[in-house]
Amino acid sequence: MIDTLQQLGAWALQRLERLGRSHLFILRVVVGLPELLARPGLVVQQIFAIGVLSLPIILVAGLFVGMVLALQLYNTMVNFGAEQSLGPVVALSLVRELGPVVTALLFAGRAGSALAAEIGLMKATEQLSSMEMMAVDPLRRIIAPRLAGGILAMPLLAAMFSAIGISGGFVVATGLLGVDSNAYWSQMQANVDLFDDVINGVIKSVVFGMVVTWIAVFEGFDAIPTSEGVARATTRTVVNSSLAVLGLDFILTALMFGDNG
Amino acid sequence: MRRTKTLEIWVGLFVAMGFAALLMLAMRVSNITSYIDNEGYEISAAFENIGGLTVRAPVRVAGVRIGRVSDIRFDEDTFQAIVTMHIEAQYDRLPLDTSASILTDGLLGENYVGLEPGGEEEYLKDGDRIEITQSALVLEKLIGQFLFSRSQGSDK
Amino acid sequence: MLDETPLVEIRGLRFGYAGRTIFDGVDIDIQRGKVTAIMGPSGTGKTTLLRLIGGQERPDAGTIRIDGANVPALSRRKLFELRKRMGMLFQSGALLTDLNVFENVAFPLREHTELPEIMIRDLVLIKLEAVGLRGARELMPSALSGGMARRVALARAIALDPMLMMYDEPFSGQDPISMGVLVKLIRELNDALGMTTIIVSHDVNETAGIADYLYLLSEGRVVEHGTPKRLQESGSEWTRQFLEGLPDGPVPFHYPAPDFARELLELPSP
Repeated sequence: MIDTLQQLGAWALQRLERLGRSHLFILRVVVGLPELLARPGLVVQQIFAIGVLSLPIILVAGLFVGMVLALQLYNTMVNFGAEQSLGPVVALSLVRELGPVVTALLFAGRAGSALAAEIGLMKATEQLSSMEMMAVDPLRRIIAPRLAGGILAMPLLAAMFSAIGISGGFVVATGLLGVDSNAYWSQMQANVDLFDDVINGVIKSVVFGMVVTWIAVFEGFDAIPTSEGVARATTRTVVNSSLAVLGLDFILTALMFGDNG
Repeated sequence: MRRTKTLEIWVGLFVAMGFAALLMLAMRVSNITSYIDNEGYEISAAFENIGGLTVRAPVRVAGVRIGRVSDIRFDEDTFQAIVTMHIEAQYDRLPLDTSASILTDGLLGENYVGLEPGGEEEYLKDGDRIEITQSALVLEKLIGQFLFSRSQGSDK
Repeated sequence: MLDETPLVEIRGLRFGYAGRTIFDGVDIDIQRGKVTAIMGPSGTGKTTLLRLIGGQERPDAGTIRIDGANVPALSRRKLFELRKRMGMLFQSGALLTDLNVFENVAFPLREHTELPEIMIRDLVLIKLEAVGLRGARELMPSALSGGMARRVALARAIALDPMLMMYDEPFSGQDPISMGVLVKLIRELNDALGMTTIIVSHDVNETAGIADYLYLLSEGRVVEHGTPKRLQESGSEWTRQFLEGLPDGPVPFHYPAPDFARELLELPSP
């Protein structure tokens, strides 16, 4: 009994310590971010590794999500004679929720795991250590550009996801289901608000980008420097950042759209 | 160094595509036009009951969207709702005796303001008020009336 | 060469990790311009010693003075300044895997100097020439053999012309030819560039061959120190066992265990 209690306590303390460490870690990285302005090349490299390489999966997923959304919603809405509202419903689902969230989940799987594995391997092969011995702070040289790249790439990816999803929905709605193409767009414009919907969606994706990248680089940096340790860090990155994205999405949605009545 | 160059081109393409997507979301999907569009003019109308009409709801003539609801106020003197509408500049020939009613898009769709042009030679201009209005049909009231008339009918 | 004080002066060093004592009162002097080797069986914390000198770990007690500055007490900024004057060759080489050989060697120059590209190019080529790999400058680290990777890492470590070079197990896992190359390089670089060298190793023959001075570490203490010649004539049984590689001696062949014959007769406990 006492033993179980002690184990629970130890577990909780360990978790808390890790959480504290991850905050100190991010603080030191963020302090280093301004230096990147002098070396934009490092960030460009990371936008390539994080953003461009995630592009195919984001675009394909966005296209199909938009098309399926249009199909499914049409089947329900046509029963209420509300099929002209297909445009706004597809657009709102994508811009407010699916765009930022699904992009963040795919991003965690594609870019987050790669980041954690890369940094974990750099640690395991003493690259980070050797950098420190060359008087180069890995937090500034390795971690900070990756964090910046993630924060910059994520909203762009989410916007592309939503845009291609809405276009996919348009193709299905007008080509397959016979919805009037003018109605699709004009209803959308009448119902989607630039600030309430589009900008809030972008804010969401910036937050998700920050959190997923943070978790990925921290897990990599904090990994036990063995192949098992790196594998575990990669798994933990995907699991933790997916959970964080879903949890944060609820909080952000409640804050942003809660009073929309 | 060729590697860096192709990499930079890719990133440039990526950023351009991202901004194009954002631009599309802003211009094509959302109502940014209603924020930018300061041209046009405003007219208002008083209704007994506006039902579920909200700000930004469309204003239509013959089914064509010509503007949007920009403001809804409650007038404490007349106990009426004052609905202000923003009409796009190109539609500047609405007759003075145009009537306004609050309609519903489909059975469960959203409310909008439908304008019915009259026959006057003079046109509505900025700040004018539409005199002839018809309130929203409130479903509960309709059903109530229907049941009332039925029960009266069966009594006789 | 007038300065006769040691470049590195370690006094009363104590360090423990995860409940295990690794150093228990170690005193070491590293003389300027000399190659000093620190030897001992695996697991005596030789690598940890280098990390302590480099300021990557903090000792529990004791001082580590490099050119007068006490490393554990330095601020981060001062420590980084000091590290620019130190080079370290890691056991794995630790080349940055996303950069090619040229960029790896150029890395410290790009990070710490504002030199124009053309000078960086010259400096990198000089360093690569010194380790004999000027022709391999376009290769990626994954295309290098272990010995070549270590030579590239060596070129990178000396890119900023450090005053102190540290080698972590430079000979382990090398074939005889690359071993010979490394032995020659370490000695030549030390003498030609006027550096001070610390080698941490358990390869007795190679190390004793190039070192000016040896420290033998075991169980957290300095067992013996002196010139290779003196140690070879040492009367200490432990020193003899280590230097000659005898399988049994003061360091027993067997891990502590109950009596073998008795254990064979015992039934396995359920």
